[in-house]
Amino acid sequence: MNTPVKTFPVPSSLKVVPGTERAQAAYPYTIQFGPGDDERFWFYNSMHFPEPMSAFDMVTAEAAYCALGSANTRVHCLPTTLGIDHRIINGRVYIGGNAVTDPAEIARRTGEFQKRAFYYYENWERLYDQWREKMMTLIRDSQALPKPELPEFEPLEHVHAGRGVAMNHYLLDTYQKTIEGYFRMWHHHFEFLLLGYGAYLTFFAFCKKAFPEITDQTIARMVAGIEAEIFRPDDELRRLARCAVELGVDAGFQEGVKADDIIRTLEQSGTAGQAWLKELATSRDPWFNINVGDGFYHYHRSWNDDLTMPFAGLPDYIRRVKAGESLDRPVGKLQQERRQLIEDYRELLNTDEERAAYDQMIKLAHRVFPYVEGHKFYCEHWYTNLFFNKIREFGALLSSHGFFPDTEDVFQLSHYELEMAIIDLMTSWSNGSAPRGPALWPKIVAERRAALVEWAKHDTPPALGPVPDVIDDPAIVMLWGITRESLNTWLSAGANEGDSKEVRGFAASSGVVEGPACIVKSVEEIARLRKGDILVCQVTNPTWAPVFQKIAAAVSDIGGSMSHAAIVAREYGLPAVVGTGNATSRIKDGQRIRVDGGRGIVTIL
Amino acid sequence: MSEVIGWFADIGLNDRPHVGGKGGSLGELQRAGIAVPPGFVVKTGAFERFITNLERDFPVRSRIEALQPDALDEVRACCDEVRAKVVAAALPADVLAEISAAHSVLCGGAAGAAAANVNAPPVAVRSSATTEDAVDASFAGLQDTYLWVTNLQDVLDKVRSCWASLYSLESVTYRRKKGLPEAGVAMAVVVQKMVNARTAGVMFTRSPLTGDRSVITVEGAWGLGSSVVGGEVTPDRWVVGKITGEISVREISDKHIQHLPASGGGIEDVPVAAEQRQAPCLSDAELQALRAIARKVERHYGRPQDIEWAVERDTNQILLLQSRPETVWSAKEAAPVARAAADPLSHVMSIFGGQKK
Repeated sequence: MNTPVKTFPVPSSLKVVPGTERAQAAYPYTIQFGPGDDERFWFYNSMHFPEPMSAFDMVTAEAAYCALGSANTRVHCLPTTLGIDHRIINGRVYIGGNAVTDPAEIARRTGEFQKRAFYYYENWERLYDQWREKMMTLIRDSQALPKPELPEFEPLEHVHAGRGVAMNHYLLDTYQKTIEGYFRMWHHHFEFLLLGYGAYLTFFAFCKKAFPEITDQTIARMVAGIEAEIFRPDDELRRLARCAVELGVDAGFQEGVKADDIIRTLEQSGTAGQAWLKELATSRDPWFNINVGDGFYHYHRSWNDDLTMPFAGLPDYIRRVKAGESLDRPVGKLQQERRQLIEDYRELLNTDEERAAYDQMIKLAHRVFPYVEGHKFYCEHWYTNLFFNKIREFGALLSSHGFFPDTEDVFQLSHYELEMAIIDLMTSWSNGSAPRGPALWPKIVAERRAALVEWAKHDTPPALGPVPDVIDDPAIVMLWGITRESLNTWLSAGANEGDSKEVRGFAASSGVVEGPACIVKSVEEIARLRKGDILVCQVTNPTWAPVFQKIAAAVSDIGGSMSHAAIVAREYGLPAVVGTGNATSRIKDGQRIRVDGGRGIVTIL
Repeated sequence: MSEVIGWFADIGLNDRPHVGGKGGSLGELQRAGIAVPPGFVVKTGAFERFITNLERDFPVRSRIEALQPDALDEVRACCDEVRAKVVAAALPADVLAEISAAHSVLCGGAAGAAAANVNAPPVAVRSSATTEDAVDASFAGLQDTYLWVTNLQDVLDKVRSCWASLYSLESVTYRRKKGLPEAGVAMAVVVQKMVNARTAGVMFTRSPLTGDRSVITVEGAWGLGSSVVGGEVTPDRWVVGKITGEISVREISDKHIQHLPASGGGIEDVPVAAEQRQAPCLSDAELQALRAIARKVERHYGRPQDIEWAVERDTNQILLLQSRPETVWSAKEAAPVARAAADPLSHVMSIFGGQKK
């Protein structure tokens, strides 16, 4: 075997794609590669940011790493790691950990860690209840923010009420609160996350040591919750399917009929139709606040914003209800299976001493896991939707004042630039002059849109800089699954990838299935899925659950074996391979493929 | 109970001193409700009578005991001579009668002592060692199995061959090095109905690679299992989750030959048809059935097992030919993976505390 070359290209050797230099310059100076960066190891965060990031969407990286770092470095004081630095080039986000290596410093931080993290573990339920309240307050605050508007004159009632502060000020006020809320939300996101993953991984590592050949998915099944928030959207759809049958309005749900048309028909079909729409409204708030991606891109819209996804699942659910099938998730049975699984593995351990340790570890894993599973709904889905939609309202306002042609163009401005544009508008409204933005932004927006298209065509190295001897950063191991071994795979990959018929990923749900690949790159394409197709997509996500009843297997570019996608696939009993990195680009639409979910291998036939 | 013959239904592991490890295990399996090919054991009593009879004019045990294990040529010559005597000596009349009768019963009355050369339903004749060392030193590997034996005369010959294998160079050298007394040396012989296997092989109720007790490793090939046990074919290999049933490894090999019964008795190498060579020799349903059997056997014995199995060609029934304790990993003294901690939270330091190098 050839010894792999022990280094990736250094950051300074990576060039900005010619013609996109100005788009690259739009990102803050703090995250441009610069002196000193060549000496450090970086990896491309394709898990969270698989596509080039628009200037605005980078706010997510900024807010998230700021919060992650605070939790690790200053709040819980993880012994061996500080926070994570991020850089961007050609729209691709690279990150690098900040390891603590001095034994004395590790010891000092260990003392702090135990005072802080252990307190969280001990008081987990109380703190988590409190967390949910804080999140709901944050969500309500965000929902209460006014829609940004600028009437020609200050409304008379404001004047008569002696409000004193003119409406243009509230643009800035709302915008700053929106940004502030988003940064705050990310702090809540990381308040428990690393501790939760750490406790889970403690059990995970024990299982891997005791049962070296146990699959990741089996461990996930022992820990994963059965009534987690993340199952709710799909449960709501099943409920709506039952309602449609009970109310006798099911005939309207036909494959290929647009959601809007169905709703229009129901509106006109008397009390039964309206009763169903009322049920729909109940489900939508909050459970349709789930987006079709991981929440990191403004264009990953929610079910509420685009009913295509949930409605795509309804015809099949309705058909099953009418066939007399119970759509209820067999919660009791699933819980019983989980208990049995835990008990059976326990029995295989060698000694009672090991069993006692196993009991301690799984108890803690079960304690923390509801957070690990549940936070995403509140943070990445619900709150993030509200956030991007609020920015969209600013986009509509600015667009109506000629700053750029389309509402969505607002996401081509960084959040710093957007504040400038808003102040520009506020100022022009106040002094009666024309705003300056309309002469500036349209050209920049077009240029940046073109750059995003261009960047998407270029592959980017999976990592940069010298390879560390060991990856001892629990955050990086936990959140990205990066180990010394995976780096070796990256280093040796590429050479033979071109002609290989195999695409490898994480074994997420076992079973072997062959069928035609249906490459789904956006929600609009979901309607193309036919029964028996193998879904090949960038991110699978529980929001896609309704389509799982149609497909024969699922393959994704991104995701780990404990991702929600994997959990849903297992519930549906479908083979799934996740985290392949590039299945959507290597597999062609319509190609016959074989998915071996037990081994994590997709073969192009 | 007869000192010469023991039927599987009547014996178990506790009878090991008289029926050997293999025989006792087959009886034990049958008692545990596991399907095994029907059969009986020619017990050590038969061997004792035979060797006593033989020693009237040819002292065997004293000669062996006099050997120096390092005098290889001398040992070899003595072994050759003893084996030649054993295979040629006549059986005591009572032993002959009992084996013949049992064989006749096993074959449904199709063959008998009076018709020694008549073709009978095929049986396997396998040595079944009584020494406890069979567990500790995989001594059993040094013994013999004869497949597809189709008449009584052959059965009787193979029984003697099994007895003779006690005096193989390897066995004798081993005993002399360990200083084991010859008086305790005896051999039982299993005679059981041959399984006309479509597919056969072995399975371990733990991973041979990592010792993992949560998986079952199954290896199999077309035809009789002797091609797998003898290493003549690279078998298909699966790793099946013992508890989950998840099939995490599927290695389908190019199985170029298979062992099939030869027309004149015994077995022969037969090329595998092109379209079958790279086809899996077990279905997923069969793998799951094997998993269920493996769990049952392991539970019965309370420790990991090394199992030989076969799938009957016509009925698709799965039969076990042997189960013995796994020895390699069980002999290793593994440190506990983790111990219970006074503060359960301290376990997380294995993740947060940095790698221990």
